[in-house]
Amino acid sequence: MRIHEHPVLTYEKGREVEFTCNGEIVVGYEGETIAAALHAAGIKVLKHSIQNHRPRGFYCAIGNCSSCLMEVDGVPNVRICVEPLKEGMIVKTQEGKGALE
Amino acid sequence: MKHIEILIVGGGPAGLCAAISAAQSGAKVMLVERHDHLGGQLIKQTHMFFGSEKQYAGTRGIDISTILTDEIANSENIEVLNNATVLAIYEDGVITLEQNHKYIKVKPERVIIATGASEKSLAFPNNDMPGIYGAGAVQTLMNIHGVKPGHNVLMVGAGNIGLIVSYQLMQAGVNVKAILDASPKIGGYLVHASKIRRMGIPILTRHTVLKADGKDSLEHATVVELDERWQPIPGSEKEFDVDVMCVSVGLSPLSELLFQAGCEMKMVREFGGYVPLRTEHLRTTNPQIYIAGDVGGIEEASSAMVEGHLAGLAAAKSIGYEHPEFERVYVDYNEQLEALRAGHAGDHIRAGMSKALIKEASC
Ligand SMILES: Cc1cc2nc3c(=O)[nH]c(=O)nc-3n(C[C@H](O)[C@H](O)[C@H](O)COP(=O)(O)OP(=O)(O)OC[C@H]3O[C@@H](n4cnc5c(N)ncnc54)[C@H](O)[C@@H]3O)c2cc1C
Repeated sequence: MRIHEHPVLTYEKGREVEFTCNGEIVVGYEGETIAAALHAAGIKVLKHSIQNHRPRGFYCAIGNCSSCLMEVDGVPNVRICVEPLKEGMIVKTQEGKGALE
Repeated sequence: MKHIEILIVGGGPAGLCAAISAAQSGAKVMLVERHDHLGGQLIKQTHMFFGSEKQYAGTRGIDISTILTDEIANSENIEVLNNATVLAIYEDGVITLEQNHKYIKVKPERVIIATGASEKSLAFPNNDMPGIYGAGAVQTLMNIHGVKPGHNVLMVGAGNIGLIVSYQLMQAGVNVKAILDASPKIGGYLVHASKIRRMGIPILTRHTVLKADGKDSLEHATVVELDERWQPIPGSEKEFDVDVMCVSVGLSPLSELLFQAGCEMKMVREFGGYVPLRTEHLRTTNPQIYIAGDVGGIEEASSAMVEGHLAGLAAAKSIGYEHPEFERVYVDYNEQLEALRAGHAGDHIRAGMSKALIKEASC
């Protein structure tokens, strides 16, 4: 899903890093958003709706709509469409509304 | 608590230009942007701009952003706070923000809100399914992160954003199956539409989405033709095997902070939602607060920049910092705005403005 050649743009990427999503190892580039890394890896379902458990992906990709909230390193409700990826992050699908410890 | 002369919320084209003009007038400015970079929507726009030379016509949006950001970096009067989100505006004029998990309180003399807009959604069964994204979201994914949204796309909405993003999808090697629009006419500029047609992408006017289907994410979309009364014509359904649908049916102003600040708001259809009433100096009914850009009514980057300059000049002047050439530049920016809003393409903006504009005396 990565664009390798583009007629107008060149992409500056961070170094390649590993992180996990629901326990599975995923590779992405440091500093890109978690959502971009997951999408590039083919992971589209990011959460389930609270009442009817319908699958949800991102919608706006700029931190407005809250369709992409996930648990990151134990913190719930992270907008992964604007959260930069770091090595070793533990990303999980969040069930329910999430609570801080 | 930190005292600030002018606080600008949002580092898109409107906020950047507001900061530049206020700083040139001599005011000390704090520019707050919730992302880690300045530029707002400009940074994903790889196409050349229209308008006149003064608004960088012929330059790509992404390069305009660099020009403005460099100017900001060279100004001694501007302090930039990135990764900082304005959370609330209180009755006593105190404003709170969050930056890297820190809670900050500031008390500015004037505030310019330039928070931009968010993409609208469209109502149809399964519209919440993964694979269905805002067109701007797909543009962000492709142009900033270099990731394709999928393989086959159905674009909903033939306004400028729908047309431009379709073109950019094809540039990135993604197949656009069709562009739909419920209206009988293409809303976007003809130049963009012709480019799309030359690429062989059908533009289906008078069509809308009936439903989306798929297991965990989008696999098919059913579209239907509409009659003169915008009702679905039975038997006209068409199926598209697509894994991506881009919804590009307009934006609505991100005006929550203005509601909170007690600014008088009004639903103005032409502007995409609730917008603040404003004077010709872009001051809201809360005299501490000015606006610029999409938050005051959905328009485009060129006018957002000009409005930013005007709001920056006016807010600075209201606290005693008059730009050395105030009269000349103020008139010039107003003329630019008028030119951008002239003609048929500006009809709806002028109509919206007639509903949202108030006299100076009331604030
Ligand atoms: C796909 C697409 C194509 C377009 N093509 C064109 C074109 O060809 N020509 C043209 O003239 N216009 C075009 N536009 C429109 C143009 O991009 C917008 O009109 C313009 O960006 C509006 O500028 P703005 O500064 O008001 O808002 P924005 O650019 O949206 O900037 C607002 C900024 O405020 C920040 N912000 C929001 N809330 C907060 C908060 N609480 N605290 C801190 N920061 C906050 C946001 O992160 C953002 O950076 C296009 C738009 C899109 C989406």
